[in-house]
Amino acid sequence: MKAVLKKSLAKGGPFIGLILVIVLFSIPTETREFFLTYNNFKIIFTQTVIVAIGALGMTMIIVSGGIDLSVGSSIALTSVTGAMLIQRGWAPLPVLLATVGTGALIGLLNGAAIAGLRMTPFIITLGSLGVARGTAKWMADNQTVNYDTSPINGWMTTADPFSRALPTGVWVALGLAMLTALVLRNTVFGRHIFALGSNEATARLCGIATTRLKITIYTLAGAFFGLAGLFQLSRLRQGDPTVAVGLELDIIASVIIGGASLNGGVGTILGSMIGALIMAVLRNGSQQMGWPTYFQEIIIGLVIIVAVFLDRLRQGRQT
Amino acid sequence: MSAVRLRLDGIQKSFGATRALKRVSLEIAPGEVHALIGENGAGKSTLMKVLSGAHRADAGTMQLSDVAYEPENPHDARLKGVAMIYQELNLALHLSAQENILLGAESMRLGWVDGRSSRVRAQAALAQLGHEGLDLDRAAGEFSIAEQQIIEIARALLIQPQVLIMDEPTSSLTQADTEKLFATIQRLRRQGVSVIYISHFLEECRQIADRYTVLKDGETVGSGFMSEASLDHLVTLMTGREVKDLYPRTAHAPGAVVLEVKAAASEPRLKRATLQIRAGEVFGLGGLIGAGRTDLLRAIFGLDELASGEVCVLGAPASVNGPRERWLQGIGFLSENRKEEGLMLNQSIADNLTLTKMNRLGRWGWINGPRQRAVAQRWVEELRVKCQDSGQTIGQLSGGNQQKVALARLLEHPARIFLLDEPTRGIDVGSKAQIYQLVSELAAAGKAVVVVSSYLPELLGLCDTIGVMCRGELLAVRPRGDWTEAEIMRVATGSAG
Repeated sequence: MKAVLKKSLAKGGPFIGLILVIVLFSIPTETREFFLTYNNFKIIFTQTVIVAIGALGMTMIIVSGGIDLSVGSSIALTSVTGAMLIQRGWAPLPVLLATVGTGALIGLLNGAAIAGLRMTPFIITLGSLGVARGTAKWMADNQTVNYDTSPINGWMTTADPFSRALPTGVWVALGLAMLTALVLRNTVFGRHIFALGSNEATARLCGIATTRLKITIYTLAGAFFGLAGLFQLSRLRQGDPTVAVGLELDIIASVIIGGASLNGGVGTILGSMIGALIMAVLRNGSQQMGWPTYFQEIIIGLVIIVAVFLDRLRQGRQT
Repeated sequence: MSAVRLRLDGIQKSFGATRALKRVSLEIAPGEVHALIGENGAGKSTLMKVLSGAHRADAGTMQLSDVAYEPENPHDARLKGVAMIYQELNLALHLSAQENILLGAESMRLGWVDGRSSRVRAQAALAQLGHEGLDLDRAAGEFSIAEQQIIEIARALLIQPQVLIMDEPTSSLTQADTEKLFATIQRLRRQGVSVIYISHFLEECRQIADRYTVLKDGETVGSGFMSEASLDHLVTLMTGREVKDLYPRTAHAPGAVVLEVKAAASEPRLKRATLQIRAGEVFGLGGLIGAGRTDLLRAIFGLDELASGEVCVLGAPASVNGPRERWLQGIGFLSENRKEEGLMLNQSIADNLTLTKMNRLGRWGWINGPRQRAVAQRWVEELRVKCQDSGQTIGQLSGGNQQKVALARLLEHPARIFLLDEPTRGIDVGSKAQIYQLVSELAAAGKAVVVVSSYLPELLGLCDTIGVMCRGELLAVRPRGDWTEAEIMRVATGSAG
């Protein structure tokens, strides 16, 4: 009985955290009226989409024992790419494939450099963070890329803002989250990702092609980042090469708050999604409280530290 | 001055239930080189850690120049005059030789490093060793291993030690560098420094040491003047113990050659190894730690690249070399290092057990979860692994149970050729007996098994054929009946012939 309780606590840690932040923001008089409404949660879900899709890819990378700092720049680059293609009259589906493909290409290059040159992911992706951001600005000639209109603009909103329906982006994120969770848990590819992150030497010893696996992971994650870039474009309705600066930190924080370990081998999609929601609720709540942005930054920073500290306490007690 | 520099009396030290040191006594005179001899696990390292202040003894007394000596920590030990040179050198490779020599004892003036006085002190230490020519400004990493050792000894000399402990100082030195090191030791000895010299190489001990002490199972079993001790006498003291009836004696009928290694060499340690292993044979690899046994297994398994030579599996040269290909050929490898290489400690028993064959547990890349758990559960029951269920994290199991799962990976794969590196290291006697039984059954069923072991009774009890390695070379391969513990030690320590 005690073991069951302990296990559910261990698994539900991030979830308890989410309930806690929601409860905290429901109490003050400033937010009481609007915070706990369906419409506010619709906003929160919509605001979570980009970070959540990024966190799907990042979870795979972090579980494999890696890290990717270039996400924010990848999102900017792919959204600029998408905007330029829309300018040229491309239809939504080709634009979707092209942006996702661009993201995958950045991931492929990251993965090839990390696995091929045997360099640490931190350094390689710190470099590609700069390269991708610079390329985005270069392509966009240091300006926003504007276009008349595109059906893509409707993917992050609903026709009637007060309807109960959720925007396409939310459904896409939800569907992909379920798919990725299944892949991580129940496929050879997914278990090999855990093996690689848990102990690369064991993975090699057991005949796993670690180089190829790493490249695949970064490429697939890159595709997720490209998709996040497309939703960024949909939300802004223009390609902005300066968008999503520092977003990689929000994404990494979501994954870590969700219980993943930077040492690899540990992490769940459910946890990462809850982590992304916690971040979104914190921002949404702070805005409604009328707190200045610098105060939000401080709060979110502290939440990350506390979450990881609690996680370590919990894991320490387990073993 | 007293005739005794260092005296240890009745030293005891336990870790939990393990009594690493039961009753150790030792006496060393000023300016004496004293060899400390014993097999792996005899307690030498623990004793040195007690001496150098890294561990506290549970009981017993230590006296340094007739004064009670109770070091609080390694730094305190150093200040009191006992310095230690570890087998693995401790240098900051990016710092200069001078900075390394003075590390932790820099000459200061108003909080700034005093360059001139530092230089003088570093030069004095090198002069004491007869190595004035060493360039103090070069980074430590640019020197050879032998020169790095000199830097490390110079650092120890800086505080004018009374006792200098050297742990396996020649294990990575060439013959010529060993001779130079001996000259340096002689020099120190003339200056009145007492040296405790720990080495597996008995010939070297006989060459350099005045007296010896032999440890076995945490006890002093003999000591005396080196000039009066024969090699045989030392070997008998080190190994003289009874072989218990742990080892099953099943009749094995070796068949065709399944694995052949021809003049294999790999960087950095494996120099030359040639062997043949037959189906239904248990082949033992003996030798000291660092003799290249693990390197040989890794080269066979494709974890290390062959620099030269050839590995043939089932008569055909294995052209593609990698663990992946080896598993496909039916070769399985059990790492000596469970924690760092063998297992994924924070993953489940089932995942650890089936890692080499996950894609055969379902279709289209999906894993059939119930089937995976059933497969793991079968081995858990068969090998009596103590756990909640096959979904439990493997890091929570005891060493013996972890090892059983690691072995089950090879059994489930299933392998035809088993490469087992120290399969019983650090596990309880019950699990050991079980693994011996299993190895014997595997051979009886026509599998080929290679066992690396540092424990001589295990080699002699378990194996049909034994090969002994020394300094990277496989020197002798003979049937079990032609070996004794003493003979294995003689070959392993390079004292044969």
